[in-house]
Amino acid sequence: MSGPTLFGLCAAVLIGLGLYGVITNPQPLRKILAFNLIGNGAFLLFGAIARRGAAAGFGGDPVPQGLLITGIVVAFSATALAIALLLRLFDESGSTTLAADQPAIAEADDRDPYQSAEKLGVLDELRARSESIEGTNGKTSEIF
Amino acid sequence: MTVTSALAMVLALILLAIAAYTVAARRTFAAIEGFVAYGLLLSIAWVALSSIDVALTEAAIGSGLTGVLLIGAAARLRTTEAALSAERPGAPLRWLAAAASAAVAGGIAVAVLSLPDPAPTLAPAAAEHLASTGLGNPVTAVLIAYRALDTLLESIVVVFALIGVWSLTPDRTWGGRPGPEHAADPNGILAYLARLLPPIGITVGLYIFWVGADLPGGKFQGATILAAMWLLVMMAGLTDAPPISRTWLRILLVAGPLLFIAIGFAGALTAGAVLAYPEGYAKLLIKVIEAALMPTLTLTLALLVAGASERTAPP
Repeated sequence: MSGPTLFGLCAAVLIGLGLYGVITNPQPLRKILAFNLIGNGAFLLFGAIARRGAAAGFGGDPVPQGLLITGIVVAFSATALAIALLLRLFDESGSTTLAADQPAIAEADDRDPYQSAEKLGVLDELRARSESIEGTNGKTSEIF
Repeated sequence: MTVTSALAMVLALILLAIAAYTVAARRTFAAIEGFVAYGLLLSIAWVALSSIDVALTEAAIGSGLTGVLLIGAAARLRTTEAALSAERPGAPLRWLAAAASAAVAGGIAVAVLSLPDPAPTLAPAAAEHLASTGLGNPVTAVLIAYRALDTLLESIVVVFALIGVWSLTPDRTWGGRPGPEHAADPNGILAYLARLLPPIGITVGLYIFWVGADLPGGKFQGATILAAMWLLVMMAGLTDAPPISRTWLRILLVAGPLLFIAIGFAGALTAGAVLAYPEGYAKLLIKVIEAALMPTLTLTLALLVAGASERTAPP
Protein backbone atom coordinates (compact mmCIF):
# COMPACT_ATOMS: atom_id res chain seq x y z
CA MET A 1 0.00 0.00 0.00
CA SER A 2 1.41 3.39 -0.94
CA GLY A 3 1.94 6.14 1.66
CA PRO A 4 -0.89 8.43 0.52
CA THR A 5 -3.40 5.55 0.42
CA LEU A 6 -2.32 4.35 3.87
CA PHE A 7 -2.70 7.80 5.45
CA GLY A 8 -5.89 8.43 3.48
CA LEU A 9 -7.44 5.32 5.06
CA CYS A 10 -6.02 6.36 8.43
CA ALA A 11 -7.79 9.71 7.94
CA ALA A 12 -11.09 7.93 7.21
CA VAL A 13 -10.82 5.97 10.49
CA LEU A 14 -9.90 9.18 12.40
CA ILE A 15 -13.05 10.88 11.10
CA GLY A 16 -15.12 7.85 12.17
CA LEU A 17 -13.56 7.80 15.67
CA GLY A 18 -14.07 11.53 16.09
CA LEU A 19 -17.69 11.31 14.97
CA TYR A 20 -18.37 8.54 17.49
CA GLY A 21 -16.80 10.65 20.26
CA VAL A 22 -18.82 13.74 19.34
CA ILE A 23 -22.08 11.77 19.44
CA THR A 24 -21.58 9.60 22.51
CA ASN A 25 -19.44 11.58 24.97
CA PRO A 26 -21.65 13.69 27.26
CA GLN A 27 -18.88 16.14 28.25
CA PRO A 28 -18.72 19.17 25.95
CA LEU A 29 -14.93 19.40 26.40
CA ARG A 30 -14.59 15.82 25.17
CA LYS A 31 -16.87 16.64 22.24
CA ILE A 32 -14.53 19.51 21.31
CA LEU A 33 -11.58 17.11 21.56
CA ALA A 34 -13.36 14.55 19.36
CA PHE A 35 -14.30 17.29 16.90
CA ASN A 36 -10.60 18.07 16.59
CA LEU A 37 -10.04 14.41 15.64
CA ILE A 38 -12.57 14.83 12.81
CA GLY A 39 -10.73 17.98 11.73
CA ASN A 40 -7.37 16.19 11.83
CA GLY A 41 -8.87 13.40 9.73
CA ALA A 42 -10.13 15.86 7.11
CA PHE A 43 -6.73 17.59 7.04
CA LEU A 44 -4.86 14.30 6.77
CA LEU A 45 -7.09 13.22 3.89
CA PHE A 46 -6.37 16.50 2.13
CA GLY A 47 -2.66 16.00 2.87
CA ALA A 48 -2.74 12.52 1.33
CA ILE A 49 -4.35 14.01 -1.78
CA ALA A 50 -1.64 16.71 -1.84
CA ARG A 51 1.04 14.00 -1.67
CA ARG A 52 -0.50 12.20 -4.65
CA GLY A 53 -0.12 15.42 -6.62
CA ALA A 54 3.68 15.41 -6.26
CA ALA A 55 5.19 16.84 -9.44
CA ALA A 56 7.68 19.38 -10.76
CA GLY A 57 10.25 18.31 -8.19
CA PHE A 58 7.99 19.06 -5.20
CA GLY A 59 7.13 16.37 -2.64
CA GLY A 60 3.45 17.25 -2.91
CA ASP A 61 1.06 19.71 -4.49
CA PRO A 62 1.89 22.99 -2.67
CA VAL A 63 -1.61 24.47 -3.13
CA PRO A 64 -3.43 22.05 -0.78
CA GLN A 65 -0.42 22.19 1.57
CA GLY A 66 -0.75 25.97 1.85
CA LEU A 67 -4.50 25.70 2.42
CA LEU A 68 -3.86 23.09 5.13
CA ILE A 69 -1.76 25.57 7.12
CA THR A 70 -4.61 28.08 6.88
CA GLY A 71 -7.04 25.34 7.93
CA ILE A 72 -5.06 24.28 11.00
CA VAL A 73 -4.82 27.88 12.25
CA VAL A 74 -8.55 28.46 11.73
CA ALA A 75 -9.39 25.14 13.46
CA PHE A 76 -7.35 26.29 16.46
CA SER A 77 -9.22 29.63 16.57
CA ALA A 78 -12.56 27.83 16.45
CA THR A 79 -11.46 25.49 19.27
CA ALA A 80 -10.41 28.48 21.39
CA LEU A 81 -13.79 30.15 20.82
CA ALA A 82 -15.66 26.91 21.67
CA ILE A 83 -13.70 26.55 24.91
CA ALA A 84 -14.34 30.19 25.84
CA LEU A 85 -18.08 29.58 25.33
CA LEU A 86 -17.88 26.44 27.48
CA LEU A 87 -16.02 28.19 30.31
CA ARG A 88 -18.56 31.02 30.29
CA LEU A 89 -21.41 28.48 30.46
CA PHE A 90 -19.68 26.91 33.46
CA ASP A 91 -19.25 30.30 35.16
CA GLU A 92 -22.91 31.16 34.61
CA SER A 93 -24.58 27.89 35.53
CA GLY A 94 -21.99 25.93 37.52
CA SER A 95 -22.40 23.02 35.14
CA THR A 96 -21.58 22.23 31.53
CA THR A 97 -24.32 19.73 30.87
CA LEU A 98 -26.00 19.74 27.49
CA ALA A 99 -28.96 17.61 28.66
CA ALA A 100 -32.38 19.26 28.38
CA ASP A 101 -33.79 18.33 31.80
CA GLN A 102 -30.96 19.31 34.11
CA PRO A 103 -31.00 21.74 37.05
CA ALA A 104 -28.53 23.93 35.19
CA ILE A 105 -31.24 24.75 32.66
CA ALA A 106 -33.74 25.61 35.40
CA GLU A 107 -31.12 27.84 36.95
CA ALA A 108 -30.55 29.54 33.62
CA ASP A 109 -34.33 30.12 33.38
CA ASP A 110 -34.15 31.99 36.67
CA ARG A 111 -32.04 34.59 34.93
CA ASP A 112 -34.92 35.43 32.62
CA PRO A 113 -36.65 38.35 34.41
CA TYR A 114 -40.15 37.39 33.29
CA GLN A 115 -39.86 33.74 34.29
CA SER A 116 -38.12 34.57 37.55
CA ALA A 117 -40.92 36.97 38.51
CA GLU A 118 -43.49 34.36 37.65
CA LYS A 119 -41.76 31.75 39.74
CA LEU A 120 -41.34 34.17 42.63
CA GLY A 121 -45.01 35.04 42.40
CA VAL A 122 -46.00 31.40 42.59
CA LEU A 123 -43.72 30.86 45.56
CA ASP A 124 -45.15 33.86 47.40
CA GLU A 125 -48.65 32.66 46.78
CA LEU A 126 -47.75 29.23 48.06
CA ARG A 127 -46.24 30.68 51.20
CA ALA A 128 -49.22 32.97 51.80
CA ARG A 129 -51.72 30.16 51.41
CA SER A 130 -49.85 27.71 53.57
CA GLU A 131 -49.64 30.34 56.31
CA SER A 132 -53.34 31.16 56.10
CA ILE A 133 -54.42 27.55 56.33
CA GLU A 134 -54.28 25.95 59.73
CA GLY A 135 -53.51 22.35 59.20
CA THR A 136 -50.93 19.83 58.18
CA ASN A 137 -48.71 19.84 55.16
CA GLY A 138 -51.00 17.26 53.64
CA LYS A 139 -53.86 19.74 53.59
CA THR A 140 -51.70 22.45 52.03
CA SER A 141 -50.80 20.19 49.20
CA GLU A 142 -54.47 19.47 48.50
CA ILE A 143 -54.97 23.05 47.36
CA PHE A 144 -52.64 22.62 44.44
CA MET B 1 7.42 -4.08 1.80
CA THR B 2 10.20 -1.56 2.29
CA VAL B 3 11.37 -0.35 5.69
CA THR B 4 9.82 3.10 5.08
CA SER B 5 6.38 1.73 4.27
CA ALA B 6 6.56 -0.65 7.24
CA LEU B 7 7.37 2.33 9.48
CA ALA B 8 4.49 4.30 7.96
CA MET B 9 2.15 1.38 8.69
CA VAL B 10 3.29 1.19 12.32
CA LEU B 11 2.93 4.97 12.66
CA ALA B 12 -0.64 4.89 11.27
CA LEU B 13 -1.59 2.08 13.67
CA ILE B 14 -0.16 3.85 16.76
CA LEU B 15 -1.87 7.06 15.63
CA LEU B 16 -5.24 5.35 15.42
CA ALA B 17 -4.71 3.53 18.74
CA ILE B 18 -4.01 6.81 20.57
CA ALA B 19 -6.92 8.52 18.78
CA ALA B 20 -9.22 5.71 19.97
CA TYR B 21 -7.81 6.16 23.48
CA THR B 22 -8.60 9.90 23.51
CA VAL B 23 -12.21 9.04 22.67
CA ALA B 24 -12.52 6.14 25.12
CA ALA B 25 -10.43 7.31 28.11
CA ARG B 26 -12.44 7.74 31.28
CA ARG B 27 -10.50 10.73 32.65
CA THR B 28 -10.48 13.91 30.59
CA PHE B 29 -6.87 14.69 31.58
CA ALA B 30 -5.75 11.31 30.28
CA ALA B 31 -7.63 11.93 27.03
CA ILE B 32 -5.91 15.29 26.54
CA GLU B 33 -2.48 13.87 27.32
CA GLY B 34 -3.24 11.28 24.65
CA PHE B 35 -4.27 14.04 22.25
CA VAL B 36 -0.97 15.91 22.67
CA ALA B 37 1.08 12.75 22.05
CA TYR B 38 -1.16 11.97 19.09
CA GLY B 39 -0.56 15.48 17.68
CA LEU B 40 3.21 14.98 17.78
CA LEU B 41 2.89 11.61 16.01
CA LEU B 42 0.59 13.26 13.48
CA SER B 43 3.41 15.73 12.72
CA ILE B 44 5.59 12.74 11.84
CA ALA B 45 2.83 11.52 9.55
CA TRP B 46 2.95 14.93 7.84
CA VAL B 47 6.69 14.49 7.32
CA ALA B 48 5.97 11.07 5.80
CA LEU B 49 3.60 12.87 3.41
CA SER B 50 6.44 15.30 2.46
CA SER B 51 4.60 18.26 4.00
CA ILE B 52 7.26 19.70 6.29
CA ASP B 53 5.47 23.08 6.47
CA VAL B 54 2.27 21.40 7.63
CA ALA B 55 4.22 19.20 10.07
CA LEU B 56 5.65 22.32 11.74
CA THR B 57 2.19 23.91 11.94
CA GLU B 58 0.64 20.71 13.34
CA ALA B 59 3.33 20.31 16.02
CA ALA B 60 3.15 23.98 17.06
CA ILE B 61 -0.56 24.75 16.80
CA GLY B 62 -2.48 21.48 16.40
CA SER B 63 -0.70 19.71 19.22
CA GLY B 64 1.03 22.42 21.27
CA LEU B 65 -1.30 25.39 21.59
CA THR B 66 -4.49 23.29 21.36
CA GLY B 67 -3.07 21.02 24.07
CA VAL B 68 -2.41 23.97 26.42
CA LEU B 69 -5.91 25.28 25.76
CA LEU B 70 -7.55 21.90 26.47
CA ILE B 71 -5.50 21.20 29.61
CA GLY B 72 -6.38 24.64 31.02
CA ALA B 73 -10.08 24.05 30.34
CA ALA B 74 -9.99 20.52 31.78
CA ALA B 75 -8.42 21.77 35.01
CA ARG B 76 -11.23 24.28 35.48
CA LEU B 77 -14.03 21.87 34.52
CA ARG B 78 -12.71 19.00 36.65
CA THR B 79 -15.59 19.30 39.16
CA THR B 80 -18.21 18.75 36.44
CA GLU B 81 -16.67 15.52 35.19
CA ALA B 82 -18.28 12.99 37.56
CA ALA B 83 -21.84 14.32 37.15
CA LEU B 84 -21.55 14.45 33.37
CA SER B 85 -20.23 10.89 33.07
CA ALA B 86 -23.62 9.75 34.35
CA GLU B 87 -25.25 11.26 31.26
CA ARG B 88 -23.48 8.77 29.01
CA PRO B 89 -26.01 7.46 26.49
CA GLY B 90 -27.22 3.86 26.73
CA ALA B 91 -25.86 0.91 24.77
CA PRO B 92 -28.41 1.04 21.90
CA LEU B 93 -27.57 4.66 21.10
CA ARG B 94 -23.83 3.93 21.36
CA TRP B 95 -24.14 1.03 18.94
CA LEU B 96 -26.16 3.19 16.56
CA ALA B 97 -23.50 5.93 16.78
CA ALA B 98 -20.77 3.34 16.18
CA ALA B 99 -22.61 2.02 13.11
CA ALA B 100 -23.15 5.53 11.72
CA SER B 101 -19.50 6.50 12.33
CA ALA B 102 -18.27 3.28 10.74
CA ALA B 103 -20.49 3.95 7.72
CA VAL B 104 -19.04 7.46 7.31
CA ALA B 105 -15.48 6.16 7.72
CA GLY B 106 -16.22 3.36 5.23
CA GLY B 107 -17.61 5.81 2.69
CA ILE B 108 -14.51 7.98 2.94
CA ALA B 109 -12.27 4.91 2.68
CA VAL B 110 -14.02 3.90 -0.56
CA ALA B 111 -13.47 7.44 -1.86
CA VAL B 112 -9.76 7.24 -0.93
CA LEU B 113 -9.37 3.95 -2.78
CA SER B 114 -11.08 5.28 -5.89
CA LEU B 115 -9.15 8.56 -6.22
CA PRO B 116 -8.32 9.35 -9.87
CA ASP B 117 -4.99 8.21 -11.27
CA PRO B 118 -2.90 10.13 -12.30
CA ALA B 119 -3.80 12.60 -9.56
CA PRO B 120 -4.68 16.15 -10.61
CA THR B 121 -2.01 18.59 -9.47
CA LEU B 122 -1.20 22.29 -9.53
CA ALA B 123 2.47 21.70 -8.69
CA PRO B 124 3.77 22.46 -12.24
CA ALA B 125 1.81 25.73 -12.30
CA ALA B 126 3.16 26.62 -8.85
CA ALA B 127 6.72 25.87 -9.99
CA GLU B 128 6.36 27.84 -13.21
CA HIS B 129 5.55 31.14 -11.47
CA LEU B 130 7.73 30.66 -8.40
CA ALA B 131 10.53 32.81 -9.84
CA SER B 132 8.22 35.83 -10.25
CA THR B 133 7.55 35.88 -6.48
CA GLY B 134 11.25 35.77 -5.57
CA LEU B 135 10.47 32.99 -3.08
CA GLY B 136 12.02 29.54 -2.87
CA ASN B 137 9.35 27.78 -0.80
CA PRO B 138 6.30 26.97 -2.98
CA VAL B 139 4.02 26.65 0.08
CA THR B 140 4.86 30.21 1.16
CA ALA B 141 4.22 31.34 -2.42
CA VAL B 142 0.77 29.73 -2.26
CA LEU B 143 0.04 31.33 1.11
CA ILE B 144 1.12 34.85 0.37
CA ALA B 145 0.99 35.19 -3.42
CA TYR B 146 -1.14 32.65 -5.35
CA ARG B 147 -3.82 32.30 -2.69
CA ALA B 148 -3.14 35.51 -0.77
CA LEU B 149 -6.89 36.07 -0.38
CA ASP B 150 -7.18 32.95 1.81
CA THR B 151 -4.34 34.09 4.04
CA LEU B 152 -5.77 37.61 4.26
CA LEU B 153 -9.18 36.29 5.31
CA GLU B 154 -7.54 33.87 7.71
CA SER B 155 -5.57 36.62 9.45
CA ILE B 156 -8.89 38.44 9.89
CA VAL B 157 -10.69 35.30 11.10
CA VAL B 158 -8.14 34.80 13.91
CA VAL B 159 -8.72 38.37 15.10
CA PHE B 160 -12.50 37.81 14.87
CA ALA B 161 -12.14 34.65 16.98
CA LEU B 162 -10.29 36.71 19.60
CA ILE B 163 -13.05 39.34 19.52
CA GLY B 164 -15.52 36.47 20.02
CA VAL B 165 -13.57 35.16 23.02
CA TRP B 166 -13.27 38.63 24.54
CA SER B 167 -16.98 39.30 24.03
CA LEU B 168 -17.65 36.42 26.45
CA THR B 169 -16.20 38.53 29.26
CA PRO B 170 -18.75 39.16 32.02
CA ASP B 171 -19.62 42.86 32.50
CA ARG B 172 -17.95 43.08 35.90
CA THR B 173 -14.50 42.21 34.55
CA TRP B 174 -14.68 43.94 31.16
CA GLY B 175 -11.40 45.52 30.15
CA GLY B 176 -9.39 43.51 32.67
CA ARG B 177 -6.60 40.98 32.26
CA PRO B 178 -7.46 37.68 30.55
CA GLY B 179 -7.47 34.35 32.35
CA PRO B 180 -6.79 33.51 35.98
CA GLU B 181 -3.76 34.88 37.81
CA HIS B 182 -0.83 32.47 37.65
CA ALA B 183 1.27 32.09 40.73
CA ALA B 184 4.00 29.49 40.34
CA ASP B 185 6.80 28.73 42.80
CA PRO B 186 9.51 31.31 41.89
CA ASN B 187 12.19 28.65 42.51
CA GLY B 188 10.22 25.83 40.88
CA ILE B 189 10.87 24.03 37.61
CA LEU B 190 8.25 26.05 35.69
CA ALA B 191 9.83 29.40 36.62
CA TYR B 192 13.25 27.94 35.81
CA LEU B 193 12.14 26.82 32.34
CA ALA B 194 10.37 30.15 31.80
CA ARG B 195 13.73 31.87 32.29
CA LEU B 196 15.81 29.35 30.35
CA LEU B 197 13.70 28.63 27.26
CA PRO B 198 12.48 32.03 25.95
CA PRO B 199 15.85 33.22 24.53
CA ILE B 200 16.17 29.92 22.66
CA GLY B 201 12.49 29.86 21.66
CA ILE B 202 12.48 33.45 20.41
CA THR B 203 15.58 32.78 18.28
CA VAL B 204 14.05 29.60 16.84
CA GLY B 205 10.71 31.35 16.24
CA LEU B 206 12.29 34.27 14.39
CA TYR B 207 14.52 31.90 12.41
CA ILE B 208 11.55 29.77 11.31
CA PHE B 209 9.73 32.96 10.30
CA TRP B 210 12.71 34.22 8.31
CA VAL B 211 13.62 31.01 6.43
CA GLY B 212 9.95 30.52 5.49
CA ALA B 213 10.62 32.36 2.22
CA ASP B 214 12.92 29.64 0.93
CA LEU B 215 12.66 26.64 3.25
CA PRO B 216 9.86 25.04 5.27
CA GLY B 217 8.65 27.48 7.91
CA GLY B 218 6.84 30.78 7.91
CA LYS B 219 4.93 33.33 9.91
CA PHE B 220 2.30 31.00 11.39
CA GLN B 221 4.82 28.51 12.75
CA GLY B 222 7.18 31.26 13.92
CA ALA B 223 4.42 33.28 15.55
CA THR B 224 3.15 30.17 17.36
CA ILE B 225 6.58 29.53 18.88
CA LEU B 226 6.81 33.18 20.01
CA ALA B 227 3.27 32.95 21.44
CA ALA B 228 4.21 29.74 23.29
CA MET B 229 7.23 31.46 24.85
CA TRP B 230 5.05 34.36 26.02
CA LEU B 231 2.49 31.94 27.46
CA LEU B 232 5.24 30.05 29.30
CA VAL B 233 6.48 33.25 30.97
CA MET B 234 2.87 34.18 31.81
CA MET B 235 2.08 30.77 33.30
CA ALA B 236 5.20 30.89 35.46
CA GLY B 237 3.86 34.14 36.92
CA LEU B 238 6.90 36.13 35.73
CA THR B 239 4.75 38.47 33.66
CA ASP B 240 1.05 39.03 33.18
CA ALA B 241 -1.20 39.29 30.15
CA PRO B 242 -2.05 42.89 29.21
CA PRO B 243 -5.55 44.16 30.07
CA ILE B 244 -7.73 43.79 26.98
CA SER B 245 -8.73 47.47 27.10
CA ARG B 246 -5.20 48.67 26.21
CA THR B 247 -5.14 50.78 23.06
CA TRP B 248 -1.62 49.72 21.98
CA LEU B 249 -2.73 46.09 22.16
CA ARG B 250 -5.80 46.69 20.00
CA ILE B 251 -3.75 48.65 17.43
CA LEU B 252 -1.20 45.83 17.16
CA LEU B 253 -4.00 43.26 16.80
CA VAL B 254 -5.45 44.92 13.70
CA ALA B 255 -2.23 46.44 12.26
CA GLY B 256 -1.13 43.28 10.40
CA PRO B 257 -4.40 42.56 8.55
CA LEU B 258 -4.89 46.29 7.83
CA LEU B 259 -1.45 46.61 6.22
CA PHE B 260 -2.14 43.42 4.25
CA ILE B 261 -5.42 44.91 2.98
CA ALA B 262 -3.69 48.21 2.13
CA ILE B 263 -0.91 46.53 0.13
CA GLY B 264 -3.51 44.23 -1.45
CA PHE B 265 -5.63 47.12 -2.72
CA ALA B 266 -2.55 49.10 -3.75
CA GLY B 267 -1.88 46.16 -6.07
CA ALA B 268 -4.99 47.15 -8.03
CA LEU B 269 -3.22 50.39 -9.00
CA THR B 270 0.39 49.25 -9.32
CA ALA B 271 0.04 45.71 -10.66
CA GLY B 272 -3.41 45.66 -12.23
CA ALA B 273 -5.15 43.35 -9.74
CA VAL B 274 -6.10 43.30 -6.07
CA LEU B 275 -3.54 41.31 -4.05
CA ALA B 276 -1.09 41.31 -7.00
CA TYR B 277 2.44 42.57 -6.45
CA PRO B 278 4.25 44.88 -8.93
CA GLU B 279 7.07 43.14 -10.78
CA GLY B 280 10.39 43.22 -8.97
CA TYR B 281 8.86 44.27 -5.66
CA ALA B 282 7.07 41.00 -4.88
CA LYS B 283 9.54 39.60 -2.39
CA LEU B 284 9.99 42.93 -0.60
CA LEU B 285 6.23 43.44 -0.21
CA ILE B 286 5.74 39.81 0.85
CA LYS B 287 8.34 40.21 3.58
CA VAL B 288 6.75 43.50 4.73
CA ILE B 289 3.32 41.83 4.98
CA GLU B 290 4.74 38.82 6.81
CA ALA B 291 6.68 41.01 9.24
CA ALA B 292 3.53 43.05 9.95
CA LEU B 293 1.48 39.88 10.49
CA MET B 294 3.99 38.42 12.96
CA PRO B 295 3.11 40.63 16.01
CA THR B 296 -0.62 40.34 15.21
CA LEU B 297 -0.45 36.55 14.99
CA THR B 298 1.78 36.17 18.07
CA LEU B 299 -0.53 38.31 20.21
CA THR B 300 -3.73 36.78 18.84
CA LEU B 301 -2.63 33.16 19.25
CA ALA B 302 -1.37 33.71 22.80
CA LEU B 303 -4.44 35.71 23.85
CA LEU B 304 -6.79 33.09 22.35
CA VAL B 305 -5.22 30.62 24.79
CA ALA B 306 -5.35 33.13 27.67
CA GLY B 307 -9.13 33.45 27.18
CA ALA B 308 -11.75 36.00 28.21
CA SER B 309 -10.99 38.76 30.68
CA GLU B 310 -11.54 37.47 34.23
CA ARG B 311 -10.00 40.05 36.53
CA THR B 312 -11.30 43.56 37.11
CA ALA B 313 -9.74 46.28 35.01
CA PRO B 314 -6.75 48.05 36.55
CA PRO B 315 -7.07 51.84 36.83
